[in-house]
Amino acid sequence: MASAAAKRTPLYPNHLAAGAKMVDFHGWEMPLNYGSQIEEHHAVRRDVGMFDVSHMTIVDVTGRDAKPYLRHLLANDVAKLQTPGKALYSAMLNNDGGVIDDLIVYFFNEDSYRLVVNSATRDKDMAWLEAQSGEFDVAITERTEFAMIAVQGPAAKEKVAVLMSAEQHAIVSELKPFVGVQLDELFVATTGYTGEAGYEIIIPNDAVGTVWDKLIAAGVKPCGLGARDTLRLEAGMNLYGQDMDETVSPLAANMAWSVALEPSDRNFVGRGALEAQKAAGTEKLVGLVMEEKGVLRAGLKVMVEGGEGVITSGTFSPTLGYSIAMARVPQPVGETAQVEMRKKLVTVKVVKPSFVRNGKAV
Amino acid sequence: MSNIPNELKYAASHEWIRSEGDGVYTVGITEHAQELLGDMVFVELPDVGDNVSAGDDVAVAESVKAASDIYAPIAGEVLEVNEDLEDSPELVNSDPYGDGWLFKIKADDESELESLLDAESYAASIEEE
Repeated sequence: MASAAAKRTPLYPNHLAAGAKMVDFHGWEMPLNYGSQIEEHHAVRRDVGMFDVSHMTIVDVTGRDAKPYLRHLLANDVAKLQTPGKALYSAMLNNDGGVIDDLIVYFFNEDSYRLVVNSATRDKDMAWLEAQSGEFDVAITERTEFAMIAVQGPAAKEKVAVLMSAEQHAIVSELKPFVGVQLDELFVATTGYTGEAGYEIIIPNDAVGTVWDKLIAAGVKPCGLGARDTLRLEAGMNLYGQDMDETVSPLAANMAWSVALEPSDRNFVGRGALEAQKAAGTEKLVGLVMEEKGVLRAGLKVMVEGGEGVITSGTFSPTLGYSIAMARVPQPVGETAQVEMRKKLVTVKVVKPSFVRNGKAV
Repeated sequence: MSNIPNELKYAASHEWIRSEGDGVYTVGITEHAQELLGDMVFVELPDVGDNVSAGDDVAVAESVKAASDIYAPIAGEVLEVNEDLEDSPELVNSDPYGDGWLFKIKADDESELESLLDAESYAASIEEE
């Protein structure tokens, strides 16, 4: 949907107050950085930072058929979710096995789930959710009354104490990874997009400004989209629209681990196409490391044993001090690849697409 | 509005140039340019002794966002390069007109300076972008 005015999250005035450089991000006016994106990156790896992720789309799926509907809709199997609050990462596929979006689904009970999907794909996601609901007895409700802040980094656990009672903080401190809990008006989940420990906190729009200000006062550094991208890439996490899209199989996007082919009688959307792709073989998403000067960038050509591929995401890694990238390449893939950079071929190392976890090189 | 010192001359491609006397000039990129590029991660400089022509791409500023060519504003011989940028490319961001300078050049023909922009014209040129 084209709209003349860029959308703003409820934290827009807080971003300006913090000195943000605002940019258009798929129709949203969002902070790129608040000065130095590299300093923001280091804050998350070494201490704590926070991101406004209120532009992301929160959708509740409720009703008698919520579970069978999601088992039909998603490539991962929500039947794995047994304890309230537990979360699962999944692709949502089209009939050809291409990725419509990647998302997190939270389980509340068998009649109630919450999806967090990307903002750039909001319109097509909502249309697909509706179109697939067919005979299922479900209600699909977008929760635009909520904002979201991601607090990430080794000091996140300590800093979120300012948002809750001591009893609530004790609960949050004990949370296992990838689980959420509702505490009064905050939904606090141990999820993120940085490779660090931390939380994604869903907050009513009218309360989010106060939460942000309390975190600022506690010394949590505001971080923009620039740092978010370098952090997620170091962590080897995909960005929708860049590392995969509707033309790319999850098997070619390092997402096979999130595709549940068992039980074999669960006939989810895209299953037939995926089985055929698996039998025929697919391209592979690999990590690239270049220790000499220069920066690998999205769109550059990559040559491996199996032929020519492309860098899907590339950046300078502030933690490692050299360039890293993800590339989709034909198999087989050797231990090195050649990248065409500024008209010359450079040899780079091929690694698993995960570079930094919990502040350390992988 | 970014800082554009009055005493410098500018190229439309966002380099600044400052006279050090004896036909020697220091070259860097403007505050506006470093704002556009974002955090600098590598700076590739010319070799001392290189003879360059006005408009040659002689250096590369690589930031988190993009690699950007830097052009010689005037012709001459490269006398010195800022070796501190090897370990601290962020000086280009924090002090673009001072410690973040790139290289010094001995002008072949100082009259080439006349074809460069003054602060006011450079300010007008970035307004139009």
